[in-house]
Amino acid sequence: MALIGGILRSPLKDLTVISYGGPDVGLLCAAGKVRRVVAPFVTLDTIPLEPHFRRARQEGLVELTEYDEGMFMFGLLAAAHRLPFLPTRAGLGSDVMRINPGLRTVRSPYTDEELVAVPALAMDVALVHLNRADARGNAQYLGPDPYFDDLYAKAAARTYVSCERIVDTAELLKEGPLQSLLISRSMVTGVVEAPGGAWFTGCEPDYGRDEALQRRYATVPWQEFVDEQG
Amino acid sequence: MSRADVCVVALAEAFRGDGEILAAGVGGPITMLAARLARLTFEPDLLTSDGTCLLTGDVPPLGAAPEVVEGWLPFREHLWLVLNGRRHVMLGASQIDRYGNTNISCIGDWARPTSQLLGVRGAPGNTLCDPTSYWIPRHSPRVFVEKVDLVSGLGTDRGAFDLRRVVTNLAVLDFGGPGRSMRLVSVHPGVSVAEVRQATGFPLAIPEAVPETRQPAGEELEALARLDPGGLREREVPG
Repeated sequence: MALIGGILRSPLKDLTVISYGGPDVGLLCAAGKVRRVVAPFVTLDTIPLEPHFRRARQEGLVELTEYDEGMFMFGLLAAAHRLPFLPTRAGLGSDVMRINPGLRTVRSPYTDEELVAVPALAMDVALVHLNRADARGNAQYLGPDPYFDDLYAKAAARTYVSCERIVDTAELLKEGPLQSLLISRSMVTGVVEAPGGAWFTGCEPDYGRDEALQRRYATVPWQEFVDEQG
Repeated sequence: MSRADVCVVALAEAFRGDGEILAAGVGGPITMLAARLARLTFEPDLLTSDGTCLLTGDVPPLGAAPEVVEGWLPFREHLWLVLNGRRHVMLGASQIDRYGNTNISCIGDWARPTSQLLGVRGAPGNTLCDPTSYWIPRHSPRVFVEKVDLVSGLGTDRGAFDLRRVVTNLAVLDFGGPGRSMRLVSVHPGVSVAEVRQATGFPLAIPEAVPETRQPAGEELEALARLDPGGLREREVPG
């Protein structure tokens, strides 16, 4: 969210935003930064519907590429592996095929089964926030779920990491186990220490979601909310 | 015994015979209780989660941390399980038609909806690859419609893998009607068949004799009292 704040203050616009969507999508839509959203959903979790994304859709202000959430992961995996597409069953039979007329299917050369060819979700830049990183960009998650941070990083041409705390490389394994080293510096272009950088969403175990602040985000005009947060 | 108790037991019944697969509720106390109740009683091999990333070794009350953890289930693992087929999920629906096609994406024309909802989420893959059941807390003609505005979850006419049952605050339904259309299976105690018919926006297949949804057994009521001592289920379904 700290990096999203940076975009809000920048002249960037006409963005294509690729996300398992939350308030990142809502804020960027509200600020008029977005041309297209690519997502299987946009939600605030404890508040099911994202108010700013809803308004942008209902007023016809953003285009949408809407995928099944498994398709979306295959799009990230394809981009991460620099493949043009990956096949999956998810999406077949649903209106995902109708609302994405550019989607193509392929036949398995082994069984003749028809599958959706999910195009690679290649992106210019990935922005991820993790618990710890070193100054070279090796980044570590300490919470229970890595979500898809490593996949976004691998799928993008450039990745910028924000983190709760920058530590010496030698400290990383004192913070968490080997398996928590999620992102390698070879994928990272820039790293910044941004304590509270996921606020008001959560960054466990450093902090959970700030529900009161999220409720405020969902009820006041976005500019007022952003100004309050400085 | 409350209406909510009847709903939880009717949903738990959807898991009967599932064996060692993940029983997933999409949120809300009723679906989570259904999975936990099934595991505690007649389906002990089910896997259940704490609602976040933990597969629990025990079956804790709602909101309580498990004493034993038996596995790790981050978001990406759900997506693997969906394609693998080892997951039975209880989904919600903003709209559902007579073949069980469901919509959680938007109301109105997709290009510019009158009401943007969640997005299709995992409904297309879930319904194509896994057993799926639905929990509809407010049975009404706004939800049970002739035609859904967008097909997120597949119906029986679009290749759904196995639509097990639909449980609402009024009744239990399945897809044993003509052409695998929706059929009334039972009405909850105190609900009439006419009420269900009125609350459904398309003609339901209704057998001549419609039984009452089974009442929770004593053992089930005791389990529910332990799993939900604060009565969160009655807040979701009053009465």
